Amino acid sequence: MFENLSERLERSFKILKGQGTITEINVAETLKDVRKALLDADVNYKVAKTFTDDVKAKALGMNVLNAIKPNELMVKIVHDELARLMGGTHEDINLKGSPAVILMSGLQGSGKTTFSGKLANMLKHKRGKNPLLVACDVYRPAAIDQLKVVGEQINVPVYSEPDSKNPIKIAENAIKQAKRNGHDLVIIDTAGRLAIDEQMMAEIAAIKDAVKPQEILFVVDAMTGQDAVNTAKEFNERLNFDGVVLTKLDGDTRGGAALSIRTVVDKPIKFIGTGEKMEAIDLFHPERMADRILGMGDIVSLVERAQEQYDEEEARKISKKIAKNQFDFNDFMSQIQQIKKMGNIKDLASMIPGVGKMMKNVDLDDNSFVGVESIIQSMTPAERANPQLINGSRKNRIAKGCGRSVPEINRLLKQFSDMQKMMRAMQNQSNPLRMMRKKQSRR
Amino acid sequence: MGILSFFQKDKKETLDQGLAKTKESVFGKLARAVVGKSKVDDEVLDRLEEVLITSDVGVETTLRIIERIEQRVARDKYVGTDELNKVLKEEVLSLLTEDNAENPSDYSAELPSSPYVIMVVGVNGVGKTTTIGKLAYQFKKSGKSVYLGAADTFRAAAVEQLVAWGERVGVPVIKQKMGADPASVAFDTLTSAKTNNADVVIIDTAGRLHNKVNLMNELTKIKNVMRKVVPTAPNEVLLVLDGSTGQNAFEQAKQFTKATDVSALAITKLDGTAKGGVVLGISDQFKIPVKYIGLGEGVEDLQVFDRKEFINSLLD
Repeated sequence: MFENLSERLERSFKILKGQGTITEINVAETLKDVRKALLDADVNYKVAKTFTDDVKAKALGMNVLNAIKPNELMVKIVHDELARLMGGTHEDINLKGSPAVILMSGLQGSGKTTFSGKLANMLKHKRGKNPLLVACDVYRPAAIDQLKVVGEQINVPVYSEPDSKNPIKIAENAIKQAKRNGHDLVIIDTAGRLAIDEQMMAEIAAIKDAVKPQEILFVVDAMTGQDAVNTAKEFNERLNFDGVVLTKLDGDTRGGAALSIRTVVDKPIKFIGTGEKMEAIDLFHPERMADRILGMGDIVSLVERAQEQYDEEEARKISKKIAKNQFDFNDFMSQIQQIKKMGNIKDLASMIPGVGKMMKNVDLDDNSFVGVESIIQSMTPAERANPQLINGSRKNRIAKGCGRSVPEINRLLKQFSDMQKMMRAMQNQSNPLRMMRKKQSRR
Repeated sequence: MGILSFFQKDKKETLDQGLAKTKESVFGKLARAVVGKSKVDDEVLDRLEEVLITSDVGVETTLRIIERIEQRVARDKYVGTDELNKVLKEEVLSLLTEDNAENPSDYSAELPSSPYVIMVVGVNGVGKTTTIGKLAYQFKKSGKSVYLGAADTFRAAAVEQLVAWGERVGVPVIKQKMGADPASVAFDTLTSAKTNNADVVIIDTAGRLHNKVNLMNELTKIKNVMRKVVPTAPNEVLLVLDGSTGQNAFEQAKQFTKATDVSALAITKLDGTAKGGVVLGISDQFKIPVKYIGLGEGVEDLQVFDRKEFINSLLD
C-alpha cells in the first residue's frame, strides 16, 4: 500500500544529483518524505517531527560518497538513527527473587494472556524455571478459562479464584501458593484496561504495591496508531514499567508504535510476539524493526554484501565468454560460488524489498545448490568445458559419481542449455549478475 | 445543535465522554491557531494537519481533506475561521459512506430477511466477541429472537466467552468443541436458527491477521457452507476494527473485503483516548458504512453510528 522509503527518496534525491554534500536546501524535500514514511508507519506526529530534525542535523554537511548514492546514504542515516533509538543494550528480564514475579499490563485485546503463556513456556524451557500463571482478569467473560487452556497447552499450572472479584487478593494468594509449591516464577495476567479508566488503573497499581513484582511488562499491539504514546505514558506514570512487549508482529503492520513508545517512555522493548502458537516469542531486534518501519527490506546490507563479494575481474571474464558463446559448466560453478559467498539464499531474497514477504513460505535454503554442485563436480574437466560431450554412458558415470539419478542430470543439462540460449539472447546486455546490480543501483 | 436530536440524550453523553479527549485536543489546538485571525492561512492548515494525523486519519486522507479545503478557500476567496469549521465538517462528512437502506443498522428496524445472518470478522483482539454480545443484547431488547454461533473454535476459551455473553443476554449459543470446523458450527447455528424461526443469527469467527492466506480462505468456506442453509447468508459481514489501530486498519479492510465482501464496519474501544480517525479513509476508499461503535465493556456500550454525530464529537 505504501511506497517504501527508498522508492520515495529516489524521487526527492534527484535534486541532490551533482552536489557533493547534503545541504539545508537539498535535504528539505527528502526529510518531508522521511516524515511521511514515518507517519504512514504510525509513528507519532510529534515523535516523527523530532526524529526528522535529528536526522537533518546528522545529515547536514555530510559528504555524499562516490561509492554510494546519496539517497542510499540518507536511507542509511535514517535507518541507523531509528535502530539506535529503539535499541541500546539489550536488557534482560529480571528473574531475581523467590519467587520472581512478573506483572503483565496493557489495553484490552493487546495479547496479554497469550503472551503470558508464551513467556512462561520460554522461561520454563530456556531458563529451567518452574512457573505459576495467575489469572487476575476477573472481568472479561471466560478470561480465566482462556489462561487455563493456555496453561494446559504448555503444561504450566494456573492459579485462579473463580468466585473472587478481588484481583489484589488473588495475586497475593497466588504468591503464597507459589511459595508453598516451590514455584520460582509467578506470571500475573491482568485484565485489559484503558489508561483513562481511573478505577482500573488504581487497581493495577494496587496489585503492584501488593506483590512488588521484579518485572512489569507493558503489552502493546504493534498495530496501534497515534494513541500509543498516550497509553504508554499513562501506564508508565502509574506503574513505572520495566519493559515493553510488542505483539502481533506476524501481521504486516509497519509498527511505528515501537519508536513512539520508546521515545516517550524510554523503556526497552524486551520481547515481540509473532503468532498465536506458544513458541511464537522472540527477542526484540532494533535493526529489523527499523527496516520494517521504513517499509523496506535490508537493501543497504544487500548492496554492501554484493559489493564486498563481487569480483569485477571474474565478472568481466564471464561476460566475455557469454558473448562468445563459451559459457560452460566451470563458469556456471563459479557463479554459484559467488552467490553462495553472499550468504543464505533465503536471507538474501528477504533483503530485497517486496520479495521478503513472498519468500516467507517458500522452502529455499543453501542446499538448493548442493545437487547441482555435486553433479557438476562429477563431470570431467572436458565435460565441464564442453557439455555437448555428455552422452548416455557419460551420464551413467556422472550419476554413479554424484549419487543422483539420470533424470536429474538430464534436467540440469536442459536447464543449462536453456540458460545458454537465454544468455546468448542478452549477450549485448552484459551478464545477469551485473544486470541485477544495475537494476539495484537504479532504485 | 439541532443535530443532537439524532441521538437520545444518554447516548450522546456516552459518546461525548468517550470522545472527550478528542474534543479538547482538536478544537483546542485549532482555536489556538485561529485566534485573532480572520482567514485560513498556512498556520491554520498546519494545525489542522497535526490534528488529523494525531487522530489516525493518515497522511493521504489528511492531505486530501486539506487540499479540498484549500480549493474551497481559493474558490470562495475569503473563508473566515468560523466557516472553516463548517467546511471541515462537510468535507469530512463526505468521506463517510452512508448507510445502506437494505441493511439498516437500527436494531429495531424490520430486517429484510429471516433469519438475518451477520458474520463478524476481524483481526485478533479487536473485540469481536464483546461486540457480538452487545449486538445480541440490542436486538433482543428490540424484540427480536437471536441465535449466536461460536465459530471461533481456535482461540483458547473463545467459545466459553461467547457462551458467557449468551447467558448474560439470554440468547442461545450454538457451539461445538474447541478445534471443531468453524464452517460446521456456522452450519449448525443456521440450521437451529431456521428451525426455530430466529430473526437474527450472529456468527463469531476466530481473529485472524489479514495476511494469513489460509485463514482468510477459511472465511470464504464458512460463507459458502452457510449458504446451503440460508441462500442469502451472510446478509451482513461486519468487520470489527479496533479504534486504536493505526494505518494498518486500511490493510485489514482491504484484505477482509477481498476475502468476504465486508458490508459494514464496527469501530471498538472508542471510549479510550484513541480517535479512530483511520475509519474516514477506509469508509471512503472501500465505500463501506460504519454501523456501530463500541464505547466500553458494558452490555449497553454499543451505539448505532451516526456520521454527523461522530464528526461533531470529533471536531467540536
